[in-house]
Amino acid sequence: MPDNGANIDRMKVDVLVVGGGIAGITSAIEASEAGLKVVLIEREAYLGGRVAQLNQYFPKLCPPTCGLEINYRRLRDNQSVNVFTLASIEKIEGNPGDYTITVSLKPRYVKPWAGDYSEWAESCPVEFDDAFNYGMKKHKALYYPYENAFPAEWTIDERAFGNPDFVEWVKGCPDNGIDPDEKERTVVINASSIAWATGWAPYNPENLTELGYGSSSDIITNVMMERLAAPNGPTSGKIVKPSDGGKIGSVAFVQCAGSRDENHLPFCSGVCCTVSLKQASYVLEQIPDADIHMFYIDVRTPGRLEDFYQARQEIENIHLHRGKAVKVETKNNCLEVTAENTLTGELTKTSVDLVVLATGMQPSTALEKPPIDIEMDENGFIVQQDEAAGVYGVGTCVRPMEVAATLQDATGAAIKAVQMARRG
Amino acid sequence: MVDIKLGVYCAADDEVKNTLSLERMETAAKEEKAVVFRIHENISSPEGEELIRKDIEEKGLDRIVVLDRSHRTYPDFFDFGEDILVEQVPLREWVIWSHDPDEDPEDEEENHTQLLAEDYLRMACAKLGNTKPPHRIETENSISRTVLVIGGGIAGIRSALNSARAGYEVVLVEKEERLGGWSAKFKKSFPSKPPYDKLTENNINSFIEQLNNEQNIKIHLSTIIKKISGQPGEFVVTLQNGSEPEVINVGSIIQATGWRPYEAKKLGHLGYGNKNVITNIQFEEMLTDGNIVIPSNGKAPGSIAFIQCAGSRDKEHLPYCSAVCCRASLKHAMQIREQYPDTKVYILYKDIRSPGQYELFYQAAQNDPGFFFTKGEVVEVRASENDTIEIDLDETLLGEKITVCADMLVLATGMVPSTFVEDGVVESSGGEDAPDTPVEDEVPEDGKKMASGAEKGAQILNLSYRQGTDLPTLKYGFPDSHFICFPYETRRTGIFAAGTVRAPMDIAQVTNDAAGAALKAIQAIELVDKGQALHPRARDISWPEFSLQRCTQCKRCTEDCPFGALDEDDKGTPQNNIARCRRCGTCMGACPERIINFEDYSVPMGNDMIKAFEMPEEDEEKPRIMAFMCENDALPALEAAAQKRIKWSPWIRIFPVRCLGSVNLVWITNCLDAGYDGIILIGCKHGENYQCHFIRGSELAEYRMGNIQEKLKQMALEEERVQVEAVTITDWEKVPKILNDYAEEIEEIGPNPFKDF
Repeated sequence: MPDNGANIDRMKVDVLVVGGGIAGITSAIEASEAGLKVVLIEREAYLGGRVAQLNQYFPKLCPPTCGLEINYRRLRDNQSVNVFTLASIEKIEGNPGDYTITVSLKPRYVKPWAGDYSEWAESCPVEFDDAFNYGMKKHKALYYPYENAFPAEWTIDERAFGNPDFVEWVKGCPDNGIDPDEKERTVVINASSIAWATGWAPYNPENLTELGYGSSSDIITNVMMERLAAPNGPTSGKIVKPSDGGKIGSVAFVQCAGSRDENHLPFCSGVCCTVSLKQASYVLEQIPDADIHMFYIDVRTPGRLEDFYQARQEIENIHLHRGKAVKVETKNNCLEVTAENTLTGELTKTSVDLVVLATGMQPSTALEKPPIDIEMDENGFIVQQDEAAGVYGVGTCVRPMEVAATLQDATGAAIKAVQMARRG
Repeated sequence: MVDIKLGVYCAADDEVKNTLSLERMETAAKEEKAVVFRIHENISSPEGEELIRKDIEEKGLDRIVVLDRSHRTYPDFFDFGEDILVEQVPLREWVIWSHDPDEDPEDEEENHTQLLAEDYLRMACAKLGNTKPPHRIETENSISRTVLVIGGGIAGIRSALNSARAGYEVVLVEKEERLGGWSAKFKKSFPSKPPYDKLTENNINSFIEQLNNEQNIKIHLSTIIKKISGQPGEFVVTLQNGSEPEVINVGSIIQATGWRPYEAKKLGHLGYGNKNVITNIQFEEMLTDGNIVIPSNGKAPGSIAFIQCAGSRDKEHLPYCSAVCCRASLKHAMQIREQYPDTKVYILYKDIRSPGQYELFYQAAQNDPGFFFTKGEVVEVRASENDTIEIDLDETLLGEKITVCADMLVLATGMVPSTFVEDGVVESSGGEDAPDTPVEDEVPEDGKKMASGAEKGAQILNLSYRQGTDLPTLKYGFPDSHFICFPYETRRTGIFAAGTVRAPMDIAQVTNDAAGAALKAIQAIELVDKGQALHPRARDISWPEFSLQRCTQCKRCTEDCPFGALDEDDKGTPQNNIARCRRCGTCMGACPERIINFEDYSVPMGNDMIKAFEMPEEDEEKPRIMAFMCENDALPALEAAAQKRIKWSPWIRIFPVRCLGSVNLVWITNCLDAGYDGIILIGCKHGENYQCHFIRGSELAEYRMGNIQEKLKQMALEEERVQVEAVTITDWEKVPKILNDYAEEIEEIGPNPFKDF
């Protein structure tokens, strides 16, 4: 259950799970249902991580919040898992079997039993770029993270207190649920093992200038496309040109945008092919006559995902082009994608209304090294440790993987925690 | 009815006070025999909780209704121990945010919102009046803490080691006379450490050694499973080694029975049958023998070609991708290049699939000048006069037809799960369309009958279950859950699949999968030991009780249970196996005699909720519609709509259900008898991409509601009076619209003629 509001400053548990995305949630719940005491910490104000930002999962095209709801229910009344949001690690001391972790909790400024502020928050004078929507939308300084969020609590963006208008406005709170004087505090956790499940970040598209990112707001990344299609996204799920809200007649998906590329990420991100095929369906569901162009090196849809690929190969207006997209430019109000046949060097040009860069997954650990001695490869992935290690990498900070594989991995991490806890 | 002491607590901040008459709420509570009714400005707070706790102590309350917010969004309070039942009515979501306030809540003709709130209060009281705190199942037998692992390949070995090291006894059964399975036959493994460009030695033997040294693991070689009966915590397993059966008790089971290569003899079109055309498995054998030679003459090959997707990604053979063959061929080719630095290797592929860090492995191969990668479709394979193999392809990149000649050809054949059987469904008269139709089938020797539509199965587990001998499989014979979010779920509680039996995967992935399956196996033992349900209602201690003296042996429950929890005796009376039950209530929904009930969720409870409030008379023009809603998806969607202040019709009364599968037809007929004008069931999608967390619940509900149309006809009622809808949790725009459209439709049809009877 969520515990930021509880008066806890020190606790002893079996395992600390770092990261409240689907990997961390799963490790925490699976370990607790096997009998362990668990603390789950998350940096954001809510759980769900990257999957909460997805519109649908492949291949069933079902919303991630459905499975999250089940997981939140498993967490909600669960006395064996303490959940801390707005939490980050200050330091880790100790050894396998006995770690002491100092966690700092940023203030939420809203009490867990506060009322619903949906109506009052409309009048909030301060807004910020909404990171949940990759900046395609603003949120009020007082905001509810997303529908079906867990914890189901309002949050104040701490930057708002720098704005006198906000400070004045917040005094008008209709109940006494807001505490502007709430302070950051620390919790010291003793755990026998640590599951590191901090996930991934989309490869920074600003490094992809040759593919036009930044030159037109109609050149977006695949994670932005998820938001564009999501019913709680910037357009309430309507797929339109981000630049002017105009109609879309054609879309290009540029595969391996920054992946399988020595200048960017040398590895394959593993999921982007299926993601683009899925997003082609998002477009065609709303705009059945749209032309979809996908530029790829290899289409990688392993296992039964092949069915998903086959079904889309049979759709007439999905055009698959074997070749590497080398340039995207704005030409005559359209976007022109130049692709190269890697064998003949021949160039082809295709004009579209929207370009989706299938950017890859970079491990969060490449961007921010864990504050503990752990082996990592040159791309920042955690190298899987043997069973005696007390810190285990889980999910996409070990290798790029799709949700189902992440959950295998997260469940497997839980047994390592059980083994460590019972080793005594 | 049970003898209860009820307290009702209502939120009373400005928002509530501006919408509702709290005096009327108090009157309603008193009429429902509440001993205590209190209002509080912030009832959902530590202060409010304390207030209730004090009343419980001083006045001996044992049933509490709190009218404020949804339990989903407000979880942590109101836990007063197992003996005190608490019902949180989402007054804000279901009433205040989603409906306009009445001009005058006292105005009996126009106080729709006030009546709505009162009705929910009455329904909550009625629910608690017919609900008991669930008590843990008492079991006579002690729970076995042993994990049975079936299969001694890498998946089984790693599952066994993981379970044993977590402190559990393990029995590992392998049908062959040695351990290791396929992986023991491979010379080298894929790169596993940075920089991921070199093959590694196959370390299977070190794991076999660890297995042999682990004290908690008992290994049975040359042994098969003759029979499994019982339930998690109390499985009874008959092992057969030669003619000697041995019976053991285990707590949970991991099926790690692996894969077999796709039959190469079906690949004649790719040249199989020619002596210089071999499979990748035969090639591994050559590597193990340490001698790669042209089969026809025993000489060193100057060139070797590999055809990828030989029988995979092919509608005529295996439509899926076997996921490992690209890397297997890269591995084989690297070993060739090591032995013969001058031999050329041609890899003929559709797509090279080397995800993640394996891309670096592929790059290493691409950097070797002896590798030739050609993307194309194979048109023909033939042998020339001097026994070389000629392969015609349509080259994709150049758009030309080319011919590749090689001294030998390796077919990269794919993986078939050991659970795959051809035409694996038991014949039934109705099949999937008629899940309620009982059919007599052949009776196995132990007297338990197989259900219609049950899979024949590969007869590996030999479960003596009513619904078949093995884990139900999906497409292509994989016993996978088809849940992205819950990959380990199977439809046989306490039995988990691990490794390549579940999906094609390589050794690294199998290693992870085995660890996860081991966790699920020990978790099943821990939960069952505490009398708790497994996923998705994990930790629920309620369970269905069968009043068998009234059972008519109609077999609907034993056929419909999505998890095969129920067996039958010789007469066809259901035999419950509570540890196999997931507590969805699909059996409760199925039973025409209403003899299946939970202590805290029952047919009588629903009947009382249906009749909890006074039905307005026909001339009042206040239609009433009962909405049975799935509490995992439909209801959260509606509550999200409420938070967005989306409004819906005040004619609707919401009845949350565990799963649509638990809706008993008597609830529907009682609604009609009580004068409800319409009944709508809103649940999860079913079909190939089902989202129902109990797999078949929503599908069965739709089927059963189809059956009720006959009854409607008999009652001279319109078919629209009972409707079923499928939604997802993100349909917060759609769900209120469904309700409003339905309310409009019902208004048009007019009142239920039974209303005033």
